[in-house]
Amino acid sequence: MRLWGFALNRAGVLGINERNAGYIMPLNPRRLYPRVDDKVRTKALAREAGMAVPELYFVARSQADALRLPDALSAHASFVVKPANGSGGDGILVVDGRYGEHYRLISGDLMSETALLHHVSNIVSGQYSLTGGADSALVEYRVQFDQVFDAISFQGVPDVRIIVYRGYPAMAMVRLPTRSSGGKANLHQGAVGAGVDIASGLTLGAVSGNDRVTMHPDTLNEIDGNQVPHWDKLLEIAALGYDVSELGYLGVDMVIDRDLGPLMLEMNARPGLNIQIANGAGLKPRFAAIDQHLASIPFEADPAARAAGRRELILRLVAPASVSMMG
Amino acid sequence: MNNRSVHVIAFLCAVSGLALFFYKAYRLGFPLTADTDRTVWTIEASLRFDARPGPIKAELKVPALTSGFTTLSENSVSGGYGFNLDYADGGRLARWAVRSADGEQRLYYRVVVYADPSVEEVDTTPPFPDIPALDEPLRTAAVVLMEEVREQSADTDTLVAELLTRVNDPTPGPNVELLFDGLSGSLRRTQRLIELLAFARVPARPLRGVLLADEQRHAPVRTYLEVHNGVNWSVYNPRTARLGLPSNFYPWWRGVDALADVQGGNALDLNFAVRRSQVDSLDVVAQRSVAQGSIALDFSLFGLPIQTQAVYAVLLMVPIGALVMVVLRNFVGLQTFGSFMPLLIAISFRETDLLAGFVLFSLLTSLGLAIRFGLEKLRLLLVPRLTAVLIIVVILMLVISILAHRLGLETGLSVALFPMVIIAMTIERMSVIWEERGAADAIKAGVGSLTVAAFAYLVMGIDALEHLIFTFPELLLVVLAIVLLSGRYTGYRLLELPRFAALEKSR
Repeated sequence: MRLWGFALNRAGVLGINERNAGYIMPLNPRRLYPRVDDKVRTKALAREAGMAVPELYFVARSQADALRLPDALSAHASFVVKPANGSGGDGILVVDGRYGEHYRLISGDLMSETALLHHVSNIVSGQYSLTGGADSALVEYRVQFDQVFDAISFQGVPDVRIIVYRGYPAMAMVRLPTRSSGGKANLHQGAVGAGVDIASGLTLGAVSGNDRVTMHPDTLNEIDGNQVPHWDKLLEIAALGYDVSELGYLGVDMVIDRDLGPLMLEMNARPGLNIQIANGAGLKPRFAAIDQHLASIPFEADPAARAAGRRELILRLVAPASVSMMG
Repeated sequence: MNNRSVHVIAFLCAVSGLALFFYKAYRLGFPLTADTDRTVWTIEASLRFDARPGPIKAELKVPALTSGFTTLSENSVSGGYGFNLDYADGGRLARWAVRSADGEQRLYYRVVVYADPSVEEVDTTPPFPDIPALDEPLRTAAVVLMEEVREQSADTDTLVAELLTRVNDPTPGPNVELLFDGLSGSLRRTQRLIELLAFARVPARPLRGVLLADEQRHAPVRTYLEVHNGVNWSVYNPRTARLGLPSNFYPWWRGVDALADVQGGNALDLNFAVRRSQVDSLDVVAQRSVAQGSIALDFSLFGLPIQTQAVYAVLLMVPIGALVMVVLRNFVGLQTFGSFMPLLIAISFRETDLLAGFVLFSLLTSLGLAIRFGLEKLRLLLVPRLTAVLIIVVILMLVISILAHRLGLETGLSVALFPMVIIAMTIERMSVIWEERGAADAIKAGVGSLTVAAFAYLVMGIDALEHLIFTFPELLLVVLAIVLLSGRYTGYRLLELPRFAALEKSR
């Protein structure tokens, strides 16, 4: 049933209702959610599957654990604190180094040890939890981001989000932190999302909020036409995300570390829809292409094959749109 | 569950809800709107007589067949008398009896009715009447008159019409003059007409009753002529020859005998009084279903104690508010705090009025939010912090109530009706969103919540709707059907149209 937005439907744009009822409900069984919602668990599963992830330093499961945090972190100058069950980047703290007794945040602000412990204790008591119940705080390796995105990001770590449909990469974007996002790569916090041509790994136009933009608001550099490095590897990790999570409609978030290359940060069972604006294209034709592909051949067990198979898919249906976008 | 099963379940819900609704509305006469008053008539027959020594038996003929009227209740007022009702030929008999009584006696029989065109009482087909025994020369006059009338008519209806025309002619023929000489009063004239019709073997009887019009302390008993044409009874006004009864004629008795009779008393006087009153339709339905022994009302909300009914009057509107919320969230795409919080705010608006509710709610949340930001600096753990916010909300409510009372603003007192836990949770949620995603997002969700609450409040406040749902709770099945269907709505939300507008143009 459709009441309005017929032109959007022709453009293949996926809306929230259809995403929930048509894709998430049939493809993402509820029992699989903990695999991606609990980041501690995701990390363990990912390591098992041989996926590169940031190293885990410490997990605080209780208030008592939280107090042991300073000792556990003494060896690490920089690290990231995040809630295991958080959503949308809420509650994430990126510590860049130390300044006397204080921790220096990526924004340049200083934070006392008491303030840090309070933050961890808030996480453990469930303030950022999706369900509102008790949670764990995890502390992990802080990614040393690659210089390649320096021209088009402000502080923070740009990350790559790839939508994986039934195991096949379908659409991608790079999320570029801005001053207003406080170095975070979440679109609703003010980061800029740049679409990525899935066949080539070249950035396309971008979206800030719900508006299309062409340049980064802080560096004022053109966003279009930047090559995302390790593109094949990124696609492969994304495809592997399906094997780890078994979610048919999945968002895989990755970062590119200067030394370690692509690392999987987290996976999302309800990825947002702004990626469509960043790419200037709707998701539905791509899903249809993958459905068609899967109807003609058996599912390819090798994630690398699925990642490679996307070229064929993209050329068949999606590329013309991307090309017109670039032109 | 695929779309088909959702559609089937929704269809079944909607059909059963609507079927029950239509049955109650049109079969049982439950009123569709709140202010439908029905005109109800009270007809009171009073018997007055002087008691003689010894036992007294009084008899009053009371109605049994009353086409066009539904009886709500009947009773008798008769101090010290035994009373019973029996069926008798032509109607029913009310009988009073007492061993002894002194002085002037008054007995009352009272019936409460309302006009109901759907009521049709079945009546029996009478046998052909015998030729009445009349003395000469009346007998010859009757035979001749009826012979003429028969010749100038085709069937029973035209025969009666012809007879009445002749009888009511200002210059009647000699036979008519002879037959009706000295007969005054419509009862006696009608009696003679029935005798004449018997010569033509046409069954007829007098129908006596009162006109229900205005207030009448002494309502005259009117007589109509009922004639059976072989299929059914038709009624004529013996004076004007008009066919049919006036719709406000309440048939009391069929027959020529005196309506009241008393043994052991003198100077019997029978008087009819008519009183009109307006009664709420629901009371009419309630009384009638009691009179008919129907269970429809026993299993409706009206069977509950009044206080419980008042609770349900509010509770039953909650699904309607929830429906509004579904529409605003899933079809329009407004952001709110939590799923049901706007609904709870809307319910508390019912106690405070929309504007006062808006002001009080915004005031409480913003004050609470300011204090919550202060608490943030104290670095409290989650549950103690929530509790602290809750206590502060209660204190704020108290302060607002007292201040408002001092200022003479009575609506300020109703602040206490806001669910404080809801406000505390709102403040907490809002402060987290504020900190994490900025003031814009927090305010957006706050405004969204208030908008949904306002819409839900306005819709829940529609009196006609409240009456409808309360009288016909089965309509909730229809609401359920709509909600089920919207659960499978995969179209865009209205606010997604501007959001994705750029994509539309790029194609």
